Amino acid sequence: MLDPTANPSARPRASGLGVRVSGGQLAFGGTPVFADFALDCAPGSFTCILGSSGVGKSSLLRMIAGLVPIFQGTVVASDGKPLSGRIAYMDQRDLLLPWLGALDNVMVGARLRGQPHDSERAAVLMAQVGLSDQLHKLPNQLSGGMRQRVALARTLMEDRPVVLMDEPFSAVDALTRMKLQELSARLLAGCTVIMVTHDPMEAARLGQCIHVLSGSPATLDDGLYPAGSGPRDLADPVVTKLHQTLLRKLGVALP
Amino acid sequence: MNALGRGFVTIAGVVAAWQIFVWVSGVAPFMLPGPWAVATTWFDNIGYLTEHAAITGAEILLGLGLGTGVGVISALAIISFAPARRWLMPALVVSQAVPVFALAPLLVLWLGYGMASKVTMAALIIYFPVATAFLDGLRRTEPDWLDLAQTMTGGRRPFAVLWHIRIPAALPGLASGLRVGAAVAPIGAVVGEWVGSGAGLGYVMLHANGRMQTDLMFAALATLAVLALATYFSVDWGLRRLIPWQIETAPSDRQSSGE
Repeated sequence: MLDPTANPSARPRASGLGVRVSGGQLAFGGTPVFADFALDCAPGSFTCILGSSGVGKSSLLRMIAGLVPIFQGTVVASDGKPLSGRIAYMDQRDLLLPWLGALDNVMVGARLRGQPHDSERAAVLMAQVGLSDQLHKLPNQLSGGMRQRVALARTLMEDRPVVLMDEPFSAVDALTRMKLQELSARLLAGCTVIMVTHDPMEAARLGQCIHVLSGSPATLDDGLYPAGSGPRDLADPVVTKLHQTLLRKLGVALP
Repeated sequence: MNALGRGFVTIAGVVAAWQIFVWVSGVAPFMLPGPWAVATTWFDNIGYLTEHAAITGAEILLGLGLGTGVGVISALAIISFAPARRWLMPALVVSQAVPVFALAPLLVLWLGYGMASKVTMAALIIYFPVATAFLDGLRRTEPDWLDLAQTMTGGRRPFAVLWHIRIPAALPGLASGLRVGAAVAPIGAVVGEWVGSGAGLGYVMLHANGRMQTDLMFAALATLAVLALATYFSVDWGLRRLIPWQIETAPSDRQSSGE
């Protein structure tokens, strides 16, 4: 089903684009979520940010995406220009529009921008996520895992150098999650990805740079930089070791 | 038994009780004619009733079209432009604070005895439920869809977002308003006819009443009921076809699934 060598979507993306957040400040109702927050992501890297619920993971991605008007601080790309218009966003909910078929959902970005629809490329992406026989199904005719795969195809269709993912696979079953992780890691190669997750195993499989977000106001730790890139095999000793280290960092007592 | 069958049984029961009451009580036919007498009168006057039903039907449909059109445009203007919000919202509320029936004599005075006053009357009644239901739908777009659209467009194409996301998302709300509108539209048309007209089922009822032709009045009433039901169910059917993604759930569906 998937052949990364024959991958038309992996055309060279604008030579990678780094992301730098500095001096980030955000407070909800007087409670600071971030104070002088900083994050640096190298061009083309896959960064995973781990943290428990409510620590501010989603707020962080929304800040970078420019969706939090009250946020103060700077978010710039490595070329010094703003990120606006150069990011694709994927949420834990598929956010498919229920009145559009799967293929039309994949092309919704072009539709909103008033650009011509490249339905051939959308069909190729649908084939890459394994849904070439479901092109015209409405979202309510698809399973949760299929909908999330359509959402992944929509994210890839945007063809942006920076991809932000907010616990993208937390709402699907364990087996589907593993398949989706592999799929994403392959198809997003070359993009600068920032993924927040609460799953240490997911971070261990996918991350080239893994940070733990904790505290209030929240700060990042120094981060782990395991060799190689995802998707790592579950049996890979690197994954096992990373998984244990991350669990300890998250405060789980291990023997 | 399906809904149609149950409705038929209920109506048959009511008609039977009515006929029995007329037989037993010996009430004068000009006070309460029996269903059989009404049915005979209906068949005897079928041409006359159909002719007037067509006029009332046209008034209902035109009123629905006009009220829906103005209601949809108002809701879109209110959601899209801040000045429209400030100026139209009070007008929308005031339009309902004045009892529409009280306006009927004025409408007839201004627009004459013809169809225009009845169409306006029906449109006025329909306007409020359609405009408010659509506006509610437009306001309650899933915020995460709007965030996604924001990242896709950079916030530079608000009208594309309105057209491709807000409006389709508000269609189920508009449909609720239209169903209410379809149910009340006949009231507007008939009230308009009662105040002053030379045609339509309301005119037939008033005229028959004045000449003690109570059986004809009932026949006209039955025709109006059929017209109103036909309007409601065609609108409902059309809306279901238009919004196939809307999943309907009712708590009672799960309990009564064993029928």
